[in-house]
Amino acid sequence: MTAAKVVEPVAGAAPRTLRVALVGNPNSGKTAMFNALTGSRQKVANYAGVTVERKEGHLMGADGRRISILDLPGTYSLRARSPDEVITRDVVLGRLISEPAPDVVVLVADATNLRLVLRLGLEMKAVGIPAVMALNMIDIAERQGLDIDVDRLSRELAMPIIGTVATRRRGMEDLVRLIEERAASAAPVQPSAWREPSAVELRALHREAERIQKACVKPPKRPDTFTGRLDDVLLHPVAGILVLLGVLFLMFQAVFAWAAPLMDLSNSGFEALSAWVGTLLPEGILKSLISDGIIAGVGSVVVFLPQIVILFLFIILLEDFGYMARAAFLLDKIMGGAGLHGRAFIPLLSSFACAIPGIMATRVIDNKHDRLTTILVAPLMTCSARIPVYTLIISAFIPRQQVMGFLNLQGLVFFGLYAAGLVSALTVAFVVRKIFWRSDAEPFLMELPAYKTPDPLNVLRNVLQRAQIFLQRAGTTILSMMILIWFLCAFPGAPSGATGPAIDYSFAGMIGHAIEPVLGPVGFNWQMSVALIPGMAAREVAVGALGTVYSISGDNTSLLGASLAHQWSLASALAFLAWYVFAPQCASTLAVVKRETNSWRWPIIMFLYMTALAYVAAFIVYRIAVAFGAG
Amino acid sequence: MDSVRRAADLDLELTPQPVFPAPTSLANGRRGFVGRISTVGAETAAAGGLAAPELERRLLEMGFVEGARVEIIHEGFIGKDPICVRLDDMRVAVRRRDVRGIMVQAGEP
Repeated sequence: MTAAKVVEPVAGAAPRTLRVALVGNPNSGKTAMFNALTGSRQKVANYAGVTVERKEGHLMGADGRRISILDLPGTYSLRARSPDEVITRDVVLGRLISEPAPDVVVLVADATNLRLVLRLGLEMKAVGIPAVMALNMIDIAERQGLDIDVDRLSRELAMPIIGTVATRRRGMEDLVRLIEERAASAAPVQPSAWREPSAVELRALHREAERIQKACVKPPKRPDTFTGRLDDVLLHPVAGILVLLGVLFLMFQAVFAWAAPLMDLSNSGFEALSAWVGTLLPEGILKSLISDGIIAGVGSVVVFLPQIVILFLFIILLEDFGYMARAAFLLDKIMGGAGLHGRAFIPLLSSFACAIPGIMATRVIDNKHDRLTTILVAPLMTCSARIPVYTLIISAFIPRQQVMGFLNLQGLVFFGLYAAGLVSALTVAFVVRKIFWRSDAEPFLMELPAYKTPDPLNVLRNVLQRAQIFLQRAGTTILSMMILIWFLCAFPGAPSGATGPAIDYSFAGMIGHAIEPVLGPVGFNWQMSVALIPGMAAREVAVGALGTVYSISGDNTSLLGASLAHQWSLASALAFLAWYVFAPQCASTLAVVKRETNSWRWPIIMFLYMTALAYVAAFIVYRIAVAFGAG
Repeated sequence: MDSVRRAADLDLELTPQPVFPAPTSLANGRRGFVGRISTVGAETAAAGGLAAPELERRLLEMGFVEGARVEIIHEGFIGKDPICVRLDDMRVAVRRRDVRGIMVQAGEP
């Protein structure tokens, strides 16, 4: 990572692409500037070997030269403190092997909040990085009557400066012109010229920034009082918590309920498509592959989209408005008790609907270990796909009777399963923190930005980008897993004259029979063991899979329930419920974890620890139930 | 207050130097606490936490620097933690345990 990359200039060739990188403090409007410069000509990928997102776009310069823009993670200093900031530093200093040093760095500054960006500018000046400063949100600064001596500031920082309003595309042409001029006169960077500043040097840099601030910026005539007044309500110990609960409830409601009609529509659409294709093709393996494998697989990817779009709409609106930092402030003490970051509440809350959008939402957490801990525990939250399984088993085995006069026993068991998921998620997070990353407790040190009206176009673009990333990257992994599961369940087909269900003769059946001795001690019979294999497609598929192994056709769950009640002991049923609280019965979740962490290591760890928990829980539940005579 | 001032006057006669109340840690301030930072240091947190020099640099990078004006404007609802500090013209949220080493000269500067 530290080796310097030398870019050889090509003499006499057509003008090379001009490389520009955007650098700035968090909340400086950097992403809005990236969107304003590149429009829809963007590409999102990962930097090699790390989970940091690489966002690149391009535009054409005045002379027809291609300009590529790289949106770097926000930072306060070149002294990197997180994997994201390491990327920013290494790209700016030209230290990344895979990324040639940028020709020009655009330092994006919030014009109303210059103090910390001045120090970053001084750090860049000291290394001699060819830079241009964009004084963004200059309209807000003008409205506040903030007086900035741009010429003097430009001399002090040794970089040309231009006022911009990225959300309204104001100043973009001038910025591009400045970039091109700067590139023409720039000398190559000497990466070796930079080293980490000590505390003493940081203080000196601060004094210098302070001097420049005093010399160039007169305090605003009409300072922003709106943020302070709103904070008096939103950070109030009582009112603030009530507002937060309201926001969380609305978000939960939206992800859970508003997405449901769209998901049903998607499901029935793909079922209809599958049935229609089925009528066109002759009976056989090709028909099965296309309708049960591919179409059903694509359907199982698309079905997540409504939840992902709705969740990210909320997240991006709250982030752009400035509320996300406040919510993290209010929840830091509660989440911190379990070793989680204040921002982990959004992924975890979303995981009550589905762990897929929840795990994607962990991007709101900057710290790597905080984020991994949240990803690891997210699938323990009771997702909506568990509900059909819980409903089937509870209605078949738990009597509909009153407890203590007013509590419904079935409802009580349901609640117990939810509580078990929540408590285990917080416990696992606590244990992971205490055991694995004990020495790494990050300080909670966060700027609370001024409130701003979100820009609709920007919000829309960012939401669509999330949907696209999901379809392109997680979607392909999910689809291939779905086809694998279809293959295991369809091959080899049943021999002629077979009496049992076809799945019994397939690879899935063989695996089920093979693991049956292992699952015997927790009270699972071979039908349950076999149903776990197709059940990997999604948790609710277990209902259909049980129907298949018990040869109950159609979606008749009451018939299935009656059949189960007849063939399973109560102890086995309870063990099955306990299994479903913990077991990683969802290939899509594992696929998304692979995508989000950029390695197979974390999905494998997740699979192992959840399977271990599920086995232990099912074992304990089964043995206790048997001891009480329910075997 | 009056007796304090008189004691200070007496003290002033003996030792010719300006007298201020002793700086207090930002971690102990309540809502409404105002002052100027006199020293920025860091104590390593009891359970885990960053090494003190690293925490000190992070605090400096966030703008907690000698001479900066601080005011505690909000407190969390459990154990009055974390706190929201108006730091010059910014608002910053911190946990009390992370700012134990920041000493503040209390009073409106």
